[in-house]
Amino acid sequence: MTVTDDRPAAVLGSRLLRREDPALLTGEAKYTNDLHIPGALHLAVARSPYAHARIISVDLSAALAAPGVVAAYAGGDLTSLWAAPMPCAWPVTADMKNPAHYPIAVAKAAYVGDGVACVLATSEAAARDAIELIDVQYEPMAAVVDLEDALSDRVVIHDELGTNKSYTWDLKIEGHDGAIDEAFAAATYTVSERYVQQRLLPMAMEPRAVAAVPQPFGGDITLYSSTQVPHILKIMSAITLGIPEHQLRVTTPTVGGGFGSKLNVYAEELLCLALARKHKVPVRWNEERGENAVATTHGRGQIQHMELAADETGKFTAVRVRILGDMGAYLQLVTPGVPLLGAFLYAGVYDIPLYDFSCTSVFTTLTPTDAYRGAGRPEATYAIERAVDSLADKMGIDPMELRKRNFIQKEQFPYTAMTGLTYDSGDHLAAAEKAAGLADYEGVRARQKTHNVPGATTRIGIGQASYFEMCGLAPSRVLASLNYSAGGWEAATVRVLPTNKIQVVTGTAPHGQGHETSWSMIVADKMGVAPEDVDVLHSDTAIAPLGLDTYGSRSLPIGGVAIAMACDKVIDKAKKIAAHQLEANEDDLEFAGGAFSVKGSPDRSMPLAAIAFEAFTAHNLPDGLEPNLEAHVSYDPPNFSWPFGTHICTVEVDTETGRVHVLQYVAVDDCGNQVNPMIVDGQVHGGVIQGLAQALFEEAVYDTEGNLKNASLAEYLVPAASDVPSLTLGHTITPSPTNQLGVKGIGEAGTIGAAPAVINAIVDALSGLGVTDMVMPASPNNVWKAIQAATRNTPSNGASK
Amino acid sequence: MKISVTVNGTVHESDVEPRTLLVHYVRETLGLTGTNIGCDTSSCGACSLHLDGEAVKSCTVLAVQADGAEITTIEGLAVDGVLHPMQEAFRQNHGLQCGYCTPGMVMAATSLLKENPHPTEAEVRIGLEGNLCRCTGYHNIVKSVLACAAGE
Repeated sequence: MTVTDDRPAAVLGSRLLRREDPALLTGEAKYTNDLHIPGALHLAVARSPYAHARIISVDLSAALAAPGVVAAYAGGDLTSLWAAPMPCAWPVTADMKNPAHYPIAVAKAAYVGDGVACVLATSEAAARDAIELIDVQYEPMAAVVDLEDALSDRVVIHDELGTNKSYTWDLKIEGHDGAIDEAFAAATYTVSERYVQQRLLPMAMEPRAVAAVPQPFGGDITLYSSTQVPHILKIMSAITLGIPEHQLRVTTPTVGGGFGSKLNVYAEELLCLALARKHKVPVRWNEERGENAVATTHGRGQIQHMELAADETGKFTAVRVRILGDMGAYLQLVTPGVPLLGAFLYAGVYDIPLYDFSCTSVFTTLTPTDAYRGAGRPEATYAIERAVDSLADKMGIDPMELRKRNFIQKEQFPYTAMTGLTYDSGDHLAAAEKAAGLADYEGVRARQKTHNVPGATTRIGIGQASYFEMCGLAPSRVLASLNYSAGGWEAATVRVLPTNKIQVVTGTAPHGQGHETSWSMIVADKMGVAPEDVDVLHSDTAIAPLGLDTYGSRSLPIGGVAIAMACDKVIDKAKKIAAHQLEANEDDLEFAGGAFSVKGSPDRSMPLAAIAFEAFTAHNLPDGLEPNLEAHVSYDPPNFSWPFGTHICTVEVDTETGRVHVLQYVAVDDCGNQVNPMIVDGQVHGGVIQGLAQALFEEAVYDTEGNLKNASLAEYLVPAASDVPSLTLGHTITPSPTNQLGVKGIGEAGTIGAAPAVINAIVDALSGLGVTDMVMPASPNNVWKAIQAATRNTPSNGASK
Repeated sequence: MKISVTVNGTVHESDVEPRTLLVHYVRETLGLTGTNIGCDTSSCGACSLHLDGEAVKSCTVLAVQADGAEITTIEGLAVDGVLHPMQEAFRQNHGLQCGYCTPGMVMAATSLLKENPHPTEAEVRIGLEGNLCRCTGYHNIVKSVLACAAGE
């Protein structure tokens, strides 16, 4: 089959406007809490005000007597509804400790926000009013907030486990153990740093919302949920509730962002399902923002001990990493696996022969952590990129130069790393040089010499981060080796209707990414039709029964490629029909512009439209060929996809107030071929600002009692437009050789590059004052304190850098 | 309490509980669910609509306070299926992703341009600081508003 590019204008690679937008812009789009569901009861959850407390008694009588209340339950009243505890799908080691976790706690609350009782009422207001009337007697216990304190087992949170340690996972590479010690002993330069990845609140703008609607007969039930993972949710809900899976339909109306926080199976989803079945009426729940802050999973939460060794030329020789991970109170869907997603990336984009990684994860009396944009990979990139800057500082050379000496070279791809993973393609030098050009790297260096003088009240800094992202999760066999309980394939069906309109069914579950637009472009390109003639169906397990959903920048490199492969299968079948009808040999046919023609005889041709109708009527098909033009593909990728790039941030730091002003932010990202560059840019914009927000603004702040002190959007600093800069984007294009579209993921790249680029810039600005590191977030207070600490230690401060 | 409000050109006479917020009235009584709720502290601006021609966060207004007022919600912005220039600017400039902040952002942006028809980039950023977006990083939102102001 030959597909030529003689169509009027190439669809693939164009900045096609999104088909999703008109409904979103006019308010016609329906999110879960917009659904009108007659007769629905409203669920409200009473939540523990204590981080750690035994539940002595739960008195529901006043709540039950309140107007509109239909039922109220403590945890013990619901145990017969659960066939299994809430799921954790990633038992990373055979001996991983995983406490039983139920939608409503039975004996003990283990974090502020843990559900301890619930109410069903005829209105949301009545349900929320009633939970205030529930009288829970607690025996408060000591909170465990600090990770190192947790590891000491001073206070054991889950009695049945006997320890707060969940697991230790090692990436041991044969022969590296002793060799690493030798490499560090022999190194001319070493860096040994401790970095803290603070806890973050994902804060998707749409809080979670759920509605479970029983069907009138036979026990079928439909779950509407604001989730990224309708397919995983269906399977896990069926297991947890003991519902036959085929009687459960999960569908997502429009979903207002996720960032990993909707990649889960939540208590409220299970409660709505179980109580709707029990009461035989629809049950719905809308999350308030204050609940979202404590009852939706958090991100990051790691202490990293990062060591890097280099010889006298600055050539990196070894990396050693020790992670202490904060699981929170329970293991949610993929909580324990998040550090593993970064485990392979602490060598960054560099050619480093020796590698040693170990992660120990502990329980705390805090909200469970789980995936958050980048999940493990921003943490890894931060550590190596900060360490590289520290090493450059020790050597007294420019960090850009040090990076160039250590980049994996373009010619080395595909590059098999010491971890055993193969990086598909890359050109780090090109990305770095492009970014340096856009950022006027040398110009900023020159300005620093005149600007950062003794006594200056502002100092300029420039920081770089070069990253590799392991995305497109993932080859199923690799996931098996990491003990992940599911595969990494994606499903697609392409169906040509009798009138030549095309339906695509995908297992991806978009929540703002614009998949309907992008997938229509892939099909339009393949099939020679207009994108508007392609309908994309998704996020409803009754329509798209197979799929593994949207997370980990997997949708395009797996789901999109699956669609392209399904198009190929449809074209193959169409070719058989065309050959039959044109009385030609299949090998003599070519497909272009939506029609088959006989090579050398362009007048003998048959458009796809005619073939689709022939396939539908089935009046004259080749012997043995089934009617209809439809194909299904389940695609398991041969490798992850490996987007990469360089981000460069330029800042001005006010040394008197500690305020950081971002002067310029340059992001050069390479995600291979771009289906829709407008959407790619949008993903980078949003990702960069989320990473920059970790660097400058955001942190879940807990007191020693385990109370989240900034559990609202009034106090938790999601940046506003006035807090952040416009961005300068560039791209290089290095196609992935592992899939036919040459694509890689882009959803998380911006977040991965941003935090280290920003912090490197701040440290660079202040290095002349003796500042060598900066905690995140680099708030004015934290920056000012770092300056004070450094200048106290360095009397002769202010030398120009 | 009895109230009478004109919403998107239609007069509605309603009996509301005194504690009902305008956003709940618009969403639940009138069924205009384009106005979204993103927080409980009047921080996010997702519920912004026009009250007597000015953008307000409808979670900070009681329905009874809107008695006699003229309200425009996101549903009232497009005319006969033709997007308002601000909506069109957001579409042309990819000023939205998940769309949840979008109705509020568009209502705030139209109000901003009414006060200041030709804002600088910095003025747009400051003018929209009461509306949070988690997807776009604001880059294309700012671009959209500037494009609308320039008549592009």
